[in-house]
Amino acid sequence: MAEEAPKDRWDPGVHSYASMGYYAPDYEPKDTDVLAVFRVTPQDGVDPIEAGAAVAGESSTATWTVVWTDRLTANSHYQAKCYRVDEVPGRPGEYFAYVAYDLDLFEEASIANLTSSIIGNVFGFKPLKALRLEDLRIPVAYVKTFQGPPHGIVMEREYLNKYGRPLLGATVKPKLGLSARNYGRVIYEGCRGGLDFTKDDENINSQPFMRWRDRFLFGMEGVNKAMADTGEIKGHYLNVTAATVEEMYERAEFAKELGSVVVMIDLTIGFTAMQSMSHWARRNGMLLHLHRAGHSTYTRQKTHGVSFRVLAKWCRLIGVDHLHAGTVVGKLEGDPATTKGFYDTLRDDHIPTNPANGIFFDQDWASMPGVMPVASGGIHAGQMHQLLDLFGDDVVLQFGGGTIGHPLGIAAGAESNRVALEAMVKARNEGKDLLKEGPDLLRKAAESCHPLEVALATWGDVTFDYTSTDAPDAVPTASL
Amino acid sequence: MKLRHGAFSYLPELTDAEIAAQVRYALLNDWPLSIEYTDDPHPRNIYWEMWGLPLFDLDEPDGVMAEINACRATFPGHYIRVLAYDARLGRQTTALHFLVQRPADEPGFLLTRAEGQDRRQTYAVHSYSTSRAADRYGTEPR
Repeated sequence: MAEEAPKDRWDPGVHSYASMGYYAPDYEPKDTDVLAVFRVTPQDGVDPIEAGAAVAGESSTATWTVVWTDRLTANSHYQAKCYRVDEVPGRPGEYFAYVAYDLDLFEEASIANLTSSIIGNVFGFKPLKALRLEDLRIPVAYVKTFQGPPHGIVMEREYLNKYGRPLLGATVKPKLGLSARNYGRVIYEGCRGGLDFTKDDENINSQPFMRWRDRFLFGMEGVNKAMADTGEIKGHYLNVTAATVEEMYERAEFAKELGSVVVMIDLTIGFTAMQSMSHWARRNGMLLHLHRAGHSTYTRQKTHGVSFRVLAKWCRLIGVDHLHAGTVVGKLEGDPATTKGFYDTLRDDHIPTNPANGIFFDQDWASMPGVMPVASGGIHAGQMHQLLDLFGDDVVLQFGGGTIGHPLGIAAGAESNRVALEAMVKARNEGKDLLKEGPDLLRKAAESCHPLEVALATWGDVTFDYTSTDAPDAVPTASL
Repeated sequence: MKLRHGAFSYLPELTDAEIAAQVRYALLNDWPLSIEYTDDPHPRNIYWEMWGLPLFDLDEPDGVMAEINACRATFPGHYIRVLAYDARLGRQTTALHFLVQRPADEPGFLLTRAEGQDRRQTYAVHSYSTSRAADRYGTEPR
């Protein structure tokens, strides 16, 4: 516990955070509080309760010493309160610290402000070896200060006139170096072959080999030709990421004038710029795709950073229509249970506490539209049964190399993915067991689709089977 | 051309038994079904003509299959689709739709361009089928 015998609360000097009111085990969180759970790894010799109290203090009102000016405020109201500390099962030296923040601490509808408190200075606090924000309960009162996704899953489907199956996409490859004319060719072939969307990659912005305006013009030529060829609405995520918000507005306006249904931004533009683009997208009837470029720098490691489930909540509030959320079976990080927690967080209206999926709190979205998750990175047609079983219908499945690398060409790659997808949806609806019968059903579908036969022969047994770094830890039990 | 519309338009045409299996799946989810037809399959033609009202409160696919067959008999040269509707809070939209008939002749679409300044083009997709007859809508018997 605290190292020194408590003096009077307001005596000048340094007191323990716990003794200053930042540890309050009897505190009953209010429905309007923002609740956080941090994984705290204290330095050797630092008491875990004091560490939890310090996190509450340093992410709200406290500084390192007593200041008399606190007495000019209703101090205890503004203090965040660490109300529970649990050992992390099986992880010696790590603790889950639960902290409650009064709603008054945060500006309405500002993720910038929320994050400046909750992941501000506290992450560099010396008495902690490491700190990770595991989950955040956003109270309905705060949720309702945001409008969320510009369109959301339901409106996107009505806009695209596509129901009852996952959407299908592909990222144009190679990421870098194609001229605008060649780039548009990939878009055209992919879309006419059966994709719903093609996609700029996160680092395609406006480089010397292809400036944004040229890419937009050739890309929309491909999109429109594919619409006329198929009779389906098509889109290409035109990445408008740029150095300034003003420049992004200019690119997005041009995309709109060309008739695109969707624009794209990268997480690297920052929360405030994302929210500006979200408002633009709602005003202009454009779907907004977000690539989570850079997130793994702080989401992946178990002991330090911010869990992606928290980032997913921020993105739903900020308001994006698509967000990359993992594939489980592909080339990028993704424990199945943890990834399920991300998908639930993005799509459902009410997410109950479920520690097995890494969900620490009930989250109520108060009818805020859902975000369409995107599964992208190292997936191929031979995994279609697993993907549909894992993610259901409301997801964009994106096959980049798995479309463009097809030996018979891009349109054949797209067609093989679309046929595999539709065959699996049909079989699921007929009551078939996808995980058991999937591979046979795919081979059967390939009998009437040569491109799928070739795809299965090329990639059928490719897997990325590595241990995940970000798995949820077992249900927390004993309270200290 | 072959119109790509609905959840299964890249598969071989569904047999009636396969259609009934999809209808059964919808009924198991409490999704009422409806039938719509059109001769203008433009991708942004949202409102196909309704073949009567949605079929609520059915337990078996037979009733839906009978209506599909009646619609086919009346409009043998149209596109016909089946839609399943999910009225649950948070959805309140179509849950599944798929074609159950396509015409023998599918004329497809013309991509028109209006050339603008700065290399811009204004594109439009035009249904060839809509330039055929003046009395396409509304006069046919239900």
